[in-house]
Amino acid sequence: MGLGPMLLLALMEGLVLAAVLALAASGLSLVFGVMRVVNVAHGAFFMLGAVAAYVVAAWLGGPRWAGFLAALAMAPLAVALLAMLADILILRRIAHAPEATIVATIGLMYMIEQGTLTLFGPDARAVAAPFDFRLQLPWFGYSGYKLFVVLAAVVLLLALWWLMARSKAGLVMRATQLDPDVARAFGINVDRVYSGVFAFGAALAAIAGVLIVPIQQAHYLMGASTLLLSFIVVIIGGLGSLPGTLLAALVIGLSDGIISMFWSPTLAKIIATLLVTLVLVFRPQGLFGASRA
Amino acid sequence: MSGARIWTLHLALLAALFAMQWVLSPYHATNLARIMVLALFASGYNLAFGYTGLLSLGHALYLAAGMYAGSLPAWHFGLSGGWVLLLGTAGGTAMAALTGLFALRTRGVAFMIVTLMFAQTGHLALLYFRRWTGGDEGFTLPAASRVILGADLSQTGARYMLAFLLFAAGMLLTLALVRSRLGRVMRALRENEERCRMLGYNPFVGKLAVLSLSGAYAGAAGASYALLFGYAGGSFATIQYSILPLLYTLTGGAGTVAGPLFGTGAIFYLSDLAADLTSAWAFVVGLALVVVILFAPQGLLGMVRTRFWRSLP
Amino acid sequence: MTPLPRSGRRAILKGMGAGLLAGAGVLPVSVGAQAAPLRLGFQLHRTGIGASYGRWYERTTVAALKHINEAGGILGRPVEILFEDDATDPRRGSEVVDKLVTRDKCELVFGTLFSDVVMASAPRAGELKVPFLICSEGYQLPAGDLNRWTLQPGIADVRAQIRPMVPWIARNLGKKVAMIFPDYAFGHDHRDFFTETMTEHGGEVVAKIAIPPTETSFTRYFAQIPKQAEVIYHVMVGPAVLTFVKELGDFYGSGARPELFGFIDSLEAVDTTTPGLEFLEGSHFWEGHPRVKPADAGEFEDDYRAAVGVDDKGASLDNPADIATYGHMFSTWETLFFIKQAMEAANYAGPQDRQKLVETMEAITDLPYGIEHPQGAKIFNGRTHQVFTPQYISQIRDGLPVKVHQTAIEDSYYPDAVDYTTKSF
Repeated sequence: MGLGPMLLLALMEGLVLAAVLALAASGLSLVFGVMRVVNVAHGAFFMLGAVAAYVVAAWLGGPRWAGFLAALAMAPLAVALLAMLADILILRRIAHAPEATIVATIGLMYMIEQGTLTLFGPDARAVAAPFDFRLQLPWFGYSGYKLFVVLAAVVLLLALWWLMARSKAGLVMRATQLDPDVARAFGINVDRVYSGVFAFGAALAAIAGVLIVPIQQAHYLMGASTLLLSFIVVIIGGLGSLPGTLLAALVIGLSDGIISMFWSPTLAKIIATLLVTLVLVFRPQGLFGASRA
Repeated sequence: MSGARIWTLHLALLAALFAMQWVLSPYHATNLARIMVLALFASGYNLAFGYTGLLSLGHALYLAAGMYAGSLPAWHFGLSGGWVLLLGTAGGTAMAALTGLFALRTRGVAFMIVTLMFAQTGHLALLYFRRWTGGDEGFTLPAASRVILGADLSQTGARYMLAFLLFAAGMLLTLALVRSRLGRVMRALRENEERCRMLGYNPFVGKLAVLSLSGAYAGAAGASYALLFGYAGGSFATIQYSILPLLYTLTGGAGTVAGPLFGTGAIFYLSDLAADLTSAWAFVVGLALVVVILFAPQGLLGMVRTRFWRSLP
Repeated sequence: MTPLPRSGRRAILKGMGAGLLAGAGVLPVSVGAQAAPLRLGFQLHRTGIGASYGRWYERTTVAALKHINEAGGILGRPVEILFEDDATDPRRGSEVVDKLVTRDKCELVFGTLFSDVVMASAPRAGELKVPFLICSEGYQLPAGDLNRWTLQPGIADVRAQIRPMVPWIARNLGKKVAMIFPDYAFGHDHRDFFTETMTEHGGEVVAKIAIPPTETSFTRYFAQIPKQAEVIYHVMVGPAVLTFVKELGDFYGSGARPELFGFIDSLEAVDTTTPGLEFLEGSHFWEGHPRVKPADAGEFEDDYRAAVGVDDKGASLDNPADIATYGHMFSTWETLFFIKQAMEAANYAGPQDRQKLVETMEAITDLPYGIEHPQGAKIFNGRTHQVFTPQYISQIRDGLPVKVHQTAIEDSYYPDAVDYTTKSF
């Protein structure tokens, strides 16, 4: 394949990767930004969305788009409920202290993973895309659904941006993010906002899982790599900045797509990880974050 | 509590630990040897996290650096056990110092991620240079290398002794350190870094010193694990070994000297007992973590400190 | 999905109990509750990345155990197997060996699969001077990296699996091969052994594409497959395999494409009729033991399948969607029977006979086809502690792998890299 088509393929793959990263990280960005806590169970919520997509499709039967839509509706709700319970029962009781939250969410992650292993089993399961469409270019074919994922990411992030910037709920969240004490003085029930945000972040992770699983597969350990990548994207983009998350996802996705096409992928990953680290070292607030590290 | 009493208490603990090798069955004695090595690792982590407030998620890198700095020369050139230990400790220290130079320019969550990323890089590099490192599969140490001062470390008695000596050294060093001026500086850094700077201390140098020392403990733990159990492998550089010392330290009591020992023992046996009861033992461990953090967040010894002995170091 | 009976660690002794009752009226008086049970330890990947295999390894072993106990056990003693979960973790593997041997007083340990766990556990078994029989297909054992206490009598190593594939591929698919493999030990073994053998046969490996372990998307790698490649040799393992095949199909579509050759490791426990895997239709796979019962299956194939609870398509009798890791699980069944054979030949009485047991094992050569060895006749090499077996090649027809070729045991031979019998215990 000539250089031109290779670059095109790299670009397309990079865009899809960026979309996947942005989708998966959006929930974390929200939780991180508003609550300033590290949710180590974020990958587990993502995995639950993917597993739920499989379960719903298998249980519902029928046409694939029906299962897909049902999963898209039901999985986020179920996962949000779980997350809200976790926040009320656990995180609120430890006052969302940073280190305690890390430990608690690690415990939560183990519980969710193990529970999934027991109920879902150790095998990876494929989830069919809601539609079959193959784009045939002169040099290679490409899955239409993957391009749909890119579109879905754009739509979701726009919707999220609108929510944060233009809606009352977003206003409340931003106020709580700026200064929880002042927000409380203004009559905002910060505890309830936190529960809501945590649940919403988990729901976003689950939505990402449902959208992404047709181009990957459902497996009870799949949350681990998602967690790591989501953190990278969120930190590089800057705490609490959705545009930052999006830009970081684009930069990381596109560069990964292009670099690993032309150089040894493992070596590329090593260099990329080091670069990310150095960016963080010399600009800890990320690309768009406020200058308080 | 006076200084003499504190020292006596901790020495008594060590004496009891020493005596355990004759009280316990060989199975539990070997387990205790494992626990002591892991507790050494956790003690180092405790210095950075418990006392100085540096929440690192990349200590697996220092454990692995020590393990490989010691074991690779043994594998390729056949060095003896003493060298493995020395090189391993040096390797862990050096890696912590090197990464610390960069990582300590950040704080809080960014520091966490940076340490995590360095550990990730280390793991990938181990896999990439498989021809020299053995990669994910790992390698076994030659029998000739598993000997220190004539003692064969594959035997239960010698294994226990080395694990004990290293742990005891680590714990006593920690005790001395936290009761010294540097110990007070460490705590000050954790409480309020800006005020520390105002008082004339250089926080960066202080934190770098602590992190490097923490790396020394980790390196010694990594090298001794390979010596005692005959295996070095890439799995020790994975995130699991960054999470474990955090867990051990928190459970036992962050910022207490003997906490890491109790925390390591508790988690080790909890996993073991849970595995006897159910295949979902990881669930039990996860639940235990949540329970500890909800009801005993200062950890086991931290609770003892709050309720009974305010001056427990 | 039917969960296994939750008996915790201990083996299901129900089989043994039933066996004793059944045997009471038929067998000589020496079999009975008086004989002290023989306790064996099984190092199981019940959780962690190896859990898919672990499930079926446990199931197959329990079936073999039942079979043996119903026939009177070993040396007239009922057999007990203790399963311990090592979470597919190397450090835990070493602890499990300790637990089984020192605490639970098992005579030996068997069953480990993943090569890093084997590497970490074998030294401990060696220190405890306990026979350690792996079911791993790793090459470390015959390469000489382990110790004299470790043996692999149940399954061939990757080098032996790959060698006989090469002439068949060269004859039937092509001589210019592009390799796609995971960038760690398992993949590197394939890269090295396949290349060495292909070169011997006058072929050429035109590309070696190593994919990092955590990769979730593979399309960009397909672009690196050279135009002149006649065959794509793929050994991707892990959950991402489904994505791999899907993307391969998206990339090539229905247009011209190289021939495909893969190893069933990619599709163990995976239903090959799953939507998204259509691209594999007509392609070939190495199989350790044909998942779909061949037309010319041996006379014991039905009995074996019934015992382990698997139908003629390789799916669980309880659930047709639950596909077995059929290509590997026979190793545990056969290893248990090998243990029986060796213990009876050595007249094994207890831990004091462990060394004698290994020496007896080293003297075993022929393992004929039978219910003890349903995968096929085998030859055990006492010097390298490694068994040699037939290998199978299947083609996906109408979504199911159908056996098309069986190799002779000798086709797998390579020069000994080690002689454990000259080493000390």
